[in-house]
Amino acid sequence: MDDSAHTIDLLLLILVYGMPVFLAVFGLVVGSILERRHFASIRQREAQYAKLPIFPTRSADADRSVVDGHLVVASVVVSLDYFKKILASLRNIFGGNVRSYESLLDRAKREAILRLKEQVPDCDAIINLRLETSNLANVHSRKKGIGGVEVIAYGTAIRYRAEH
Amino acid sequence: MNLSNIQGVVLTNVEQVPGKTIVEHYGLVTGNTVRAKHVGRDIAASFKNLVGGELKGYTELLGDAREQATTRMVEQALALGANAVVNVRFSTSAVAQGAAELYVYGTAVRAE
Repeated sequence: MDDSAHTIDLLLLILVYGMPVFLAVFGLVVGSILERRHFASIRQREAQYAKLPIFPTRSADADRSVVDGHLVVASVVVSLDYFKKILASLRNIFGGNVRSYESLLDRAKREAILRLKEQVPDCDAIINLRLETSNLANVHSRKKGIGGVEVIAYGTAIRYRAEH
Repeated sequence: MNLSNIQGVVLTNVEQVPGKTIVEHYGLVTGNTVRAKHVGRDIAASFKNLVGGELKGYTELLGDAREQATTRMVEQALALGANAVVNVRFSTSAVAQGAAELYVYGTAVRAE
């Protein structure tokens, strides 16, 4: 075998085994930077909208009469980065908490709730909040298609009669 | 995605229309839509998929689809003579590879 064939073999080897490693490192670095930024933005906006209460119950303050109410809906589709997907699939072997999904779903839910609030900044409360999570095919598979989780939040935004 | 009031029909997900009284019930109204993602979005999403986080293209796609399903439900309600739909519920399910069904249902009522 001559030298050029050796070089090509080596290049192929690096490409085949190096690519997933490169993607994993890329996913880890960029993904965690983006996640940290997202959490910072979520915390900042949560503080900003802290005065608008959300209730998962059907009514908030029974003593006050409600003058207006309508549906608000918000959703967000998120996915794991390449590195965390590998971690999550390794988790399947040993069991236990899948922390990469915990933080993913946590920020998706908080983001969806914030988008609800941002739609109705001048209402008094949002009642009957419902949160639903659905799997958009192939979340667990790294090879086939786009894994994604959709979180949808909806509720009724109400305004109370002004008190004199 | 603004689904609070489509074609003059008020939507809520509680049993009543806040601030009004229900004078007549017309029963269940439903709307659905099955959407497939398209290749262009899928390629863009697969790049985004490497670093994780929000897939904006998909958020928009599902938002549009949900709006269409809700419009279909509202049209049913209007045909019955209702002016509001209460107890609205949403559900999503992945029915086939790359396609999702969005389903919305509620009770059509007349509120005054």
